[in-house]
Amino acid sequence: MRSKLSLRLVALCYLAVVLVGPVVMVFYRAFESGVGDFWRAISDGQAAHALWLTVLIALIAVPLNTIFGVALSLAIVRRKFPGKGLVNAFVDLPLALSPVVVGLALLLLYGRQGWLGPWFLDHGVQVVYALPAMVLATIFVSLPFVVREVVPVLREIGDEQEQAASTLGANGWQTFRRITLPAIRWGVAYGVVLTAARSLGEFGAVNVVSGRIQGKTETATLYIDAAYLDFNQKGAYAVSVVLALISVVILVAMSIFKPKEETA
Amino acid sequence: MSITVRNVGKRFGSFVALDNINLEVETGSLTALLGPSGSGKSTLLRCIAGLETPDEGEILISGEDVTESAPQKRGVGFVFQHYAAFKHMTVAKNIAFGLEVRKRPQEEIDKRVEELLELVQLQGLAKRFPAQLSGGQRQRMGLARALAVDPEVLLLDEPFGALDARVRKELRAWLRRLHDGTHTTTVIVTHDQEEAMEVADQIVLMNKGRIEQIGGPRDLYEHPATEFVMTFVGEANRVGGNYVRPHDISLSLLPVDGSEEAMVERLVHLGFEVRVELVRHDGNALWVQMTRDEADQLELEPRQIVNVVARHSRTFG
Repeated sequence: MRSKLSLRLVALCYLAVVLVGPVVMVFYRAFESGVGDFWRAISDGQAAHALWLTVLIALIAVPLNTIFGVALSLAIVRRKFPGKGLVNAFVDLPLALSPVVVGLALLLLYGRQGWLGPWFLDHGVQVVYALPAMVLATIFVSLPFVVREVVPVLREIGDEQEQAASTLGANGWQTFRRITLPAIRWGVAYGVVLTAARSLGEFGAVNVVSGRIQGKTETATLYIDAAYLDFNQKGAYAVSVVLALISVVILVAMSIFKPKEETA
Repeated sequence: MSITVRNVGKRFGSFVALDNINLEVETGSLTALLGPSGSGKSTLLRCIAGLETPDEGEILISGEDVTESAPQKRGVGFVFQHYAAFKHMTVAKNIAFGLEVRKRPQEEIDKRVEELLELVQLQGLAKRFPAQLSGGQRQRMGLARALAVDPEVLLLDEPFGALDARVRKELRAWLRRLHDGTHTTTVIVTHDQEEAMEVADQIVLMNKGRIEQIGGPRDLYEHPATEFVMTFVGEANRVGGNYVRPHDISLSLLPVDGSEEAMVERLVHLGFEVRVELVRHDGNALWVQMTRDEADQLELEPRQIVNVVARHSRTFG
């Protein structure tokens, strides 16, 4: 009993020191001089634009990675193709690779002197130091999450239900929509949450490819970094709080929408 | 509708699952694919359903070549050993699935689901989820789901294998009655010879990817074509190079023409039936099946010496 209690205490202290403490401090500093100041700090033109840009990038990257992630998971679990082991290993690459390296790689590929950069420029598309490269960087770093959540769920449910659906006359799409998708929906949902969280918090890769042009290619995390260095700590804390609140809202929404049949 | 399997072969890597299979299943019959695990019986069933593609040969349903057709085009109903219930759907939704993907009018679907719930005796459980059903109920739901689309053939893969003995007995009697009512061409896979003999008109006995013998339950028991059939269907004693059924051996206290001596080792009372376990003078074991009355008349005791003679024995070349 005593050892259980002390174990719990250690775990709680650990959480308090590394997780709760810092988050509470950020909230405290953001609201230190009142809600009015907080509101002024985030409605400042630059801060508001940075937040909007972060949300916009997430709105593009998350759906793309969700569709791609589910398709890739199905390929990995249900199909046989040459090079499958390699694909499976490559999915984890963004987890192992530093985002700064990812940013640099994109720069090398899509930059003015890069392999593909000139072609895009000739066709009037500015990739680096603009939205396209920032979206690409975010997609790259947040790619593994849906796959890593969905693959184990697909393995666990097996393919008997899908086989049953096909003998009952369902075509591939009907089977996916009515059988596979409902069965993996919680895996997908967790994957989406993690992808969204990763997208909203991305700093390193976007830092390299964005050029950090204030009011144009500055995302929320870049704004926080710049504001803090510029002695605009109020702005830095306020935007940090908004990012944290978005994450909390996503997590809470998840637990509310979780249907009763599965908790029963 | 009839099923024809012609020269079908299937390998998994170097393992030969099916080796040149030829089979004819008549319209309206109930056929059992019987055999030990690894004999290829489930693979054959899955090839008929389109869940596996044979490496060679062809499969015809109602005379039409379906070898290359997708499962959803074959008009088969398939029942899985582990139910394959759609876990996120209610019982009614599970049963309605085949009709819904065919976009039938809602009224017709509701009516058909109602009929099927009654047929499989699951009225009142329509709104339950599969997790809230017993194994036997889940399998009846699986059957109703397969029957909902009026399949030309009904295929069952060890349907009662995961159920306990009593429920299994009930369900197979029920399946036989169901078949007698609908006459849907049915193929059932089982490793249980009693189950095969109880439900099927025709038994296909498989071993190591080949068909050993096809025949009625009595044929297989009374006229086994091979050693394997003799020992797999029913019990058999091996005496030298001969096989003899335990109930085809007579025991007597006095020697008779052609009899030899053996010692009673153990008596096992199974109610009406008594198993007498014997040792012959060459040390080989033998057992005899007789009624309780027969055993009582002989007043058998362990260690007693008796005379045994085989009434029928078979030799396989």
